[in-house]
Amino acid sequence: MSSDANRKAPLGLSAAAIAGLLFLHLPLLLIFLYAFTTEDKSFQFPPPAYTTKWFSIAWSERPDIWPPLYLSLKVAAVATLLALVFGTLAAAALSRARFFGRETVSLLFVLPIALPGIITGISLRSAFDIMGLDFSVWTIILGHATFCIVVVYNNAVARFRRLSGSLVEASMDLGANGFQTLYYVILPQIGTALLAGGMLAFALSFDEVIVTTFTAGQQSTLPIWMLSELIRPRQRPVTNVVAVFVFLVTFLPILAAYYLTREGEHTGGASK
Amino acid sequence: MSVAAAVERTGGFIERLSDVLFRRPRMLTLLLLLPPLIWIGVVYVGSLFALLLQSFYKLDDFSGLVVHELTLSTYAELIEEAHLQVILRTIVMSTMVTLACAIIAFPIAYYAARYARGWMKAAFYLAVMTPLWSSYLVKIYAWKLILAKEGIITWMAESLYLSWLLEAILALPVVGGPSLSFSYIGTFLVFVYIWIPYMILPIQAALERVPGNLIEASADLGADPGQTFRTVLLPLALPGIVAGSIFTFSLTLGDYIVPQIVGNSRLMIGQAVYTLQGTAGNIPLAAAFTVVPMAIMGLYLFMAKRMGAFDVL
Repeated sequence: MSSDANRKAPLGLSAAAIAGLLFLHLPLLLIFLYAFTTEDKSFQFPPPAYTTKWFSIAWSERPDIWPPLYLSLKVAAVATLLALVFGTLAAAALSRARFFGRETVSLLFVLPIALPGIITGISLRSAFDIMGLDFSVWTIILGHATFCIVVVYNNAVARFRRLSGSLVEASMDLGANGFQTLYYVILPQIGTALLAGGMLAFALSFDEVIVTTFTAGQQSTLPIWMLSELIRPRQRPVTNVVAVFVFLVTFLPILAAYYLTREGEHTGGASK
Repeated sequence: MSVAAAVERTGGFIERLSDVLFRRPRMLTLLLLLPPLIWIGVVYVGSLFALLLQSFYKLDDFSGLVVHELTLSTYAELIEEAHLQVILRTIVMSTMVTLACAIIAFPIAYYAARYARGWMKAAFYLAVMTPLWSSYLVKIYAWKLILAKEGIITWMAESLYLSWLLEAILALPVVGGPSLSFSYIGTFLVFVYIWIPYMILPIQAALERVPGNLIEASADLGADPGQTFRTVLLPLALPGIVAGSIFTFSLTLGDYIVPQIVGNSRLMIGQAVYTLQGTAGNIPLAAAFTVVPMAIMGLYLFMAKRMGAFDVL
């Protein structure tokens, strides 16, 4: 739709689009506002008065926040690493080859995201039961990595398709072996896509709650901690402080991923 | 002579391995694909089949243990009145949420595809992407704050002297409740809010491909904007809407957190599965329940593929 660059949008359309965007963004502002309220027993609006004490209370007087935070960071880091390895392998294989059943295989890799999380959760849980695996950090990681692979795969496969075959051939012609080509030519080309995929995977894992409730047993990640605070609130503004923190931890990687993949649109040699 | 020496020098293990892999691209593909394929194809899909198998077992009423014999009695239990209601309720909710998402998403997607340029285009993209990726629980929590009895909606209604309207809405049968955060309206609003970005992106992708002069041609030939929308724009955007509806429908079908936090006590499929496998320990019935969204989504994906919805994903 590029032929009408100078057209003005009809007023009704602009109004509907702006209203839609406001609907998407205004609710999140309330999370920030309520982190400063003095009222901790209800969600009274407007807040009776404002205070910053909940930030220091969350920091120093709520030791129950820290173990879930550490667990979430650990799980997200390991799951992202695993997803980077497996997702890149899958993307490299499926973007370079044409073979029978390729469509089916690429559909398989999207399945963990396409199916509702509850199905992934309960089937992994029953598989752990059958295999006799006890719940541990590793069962959480296994669940998270399963859907994080998809995110890395999606990012990497788009970049691999743009990666020019002539660059690889030129590298080989100039005497580099396959591994040197991988290290000096392919990796720098796909690097930003992997970084972006890894950041999105990290954000996704750090935030995941549905699959986690099935694979965590008695362990508590930060989203599970938040869920229990939502169901049985204690100091409500403290939950807001944590929510603000979670929002930032997931928001910043997403922003970074956006800029990384945008700049990477001009892959070297792609015009050939 | 020197060439021969060079060839001689590059004869290490790494080089030889590299040469073998280069000469046999199929072997390299297989080596690359095998580890992720084992993870997803064997571990993950294997667990899905294990779950499917469980639904053909049944729970012994006396011992509370799972009887490992193939039977259809769990499915017979699934189509009992109370369970059917859970399924029906979830399907109705998913349909309503999908329709609402399509209606709200369309103007945003259309504006972004046809009128936004330069920095505006990037801003629109970011404005859709950040809510899509930002924390699921935080988004639900924001709505808990909004919908609470003492929250912002009640305050706004009072400030605008519209409290009677809010009370009238809450007094409605079925969809109403003691407050918005304990009603179907609340559940519906939260679902629409959290899934809307999944609808905007595919519709926008579909609309980007509609040439602008098609709309102009339609106007030149005498169609009013409404006719152009119905006969030109909507049919061309339909694959995008179907693609988006895959997400909104599937995600609503399986969710159990939203109705647990914002909603009344009537269960949806996700909650039924969660309680059945947890406290009740009735894995076979829980598994049978999960077959419902799987079957619906299988059918849905099949139909979506025939409509060309996958091309815009």
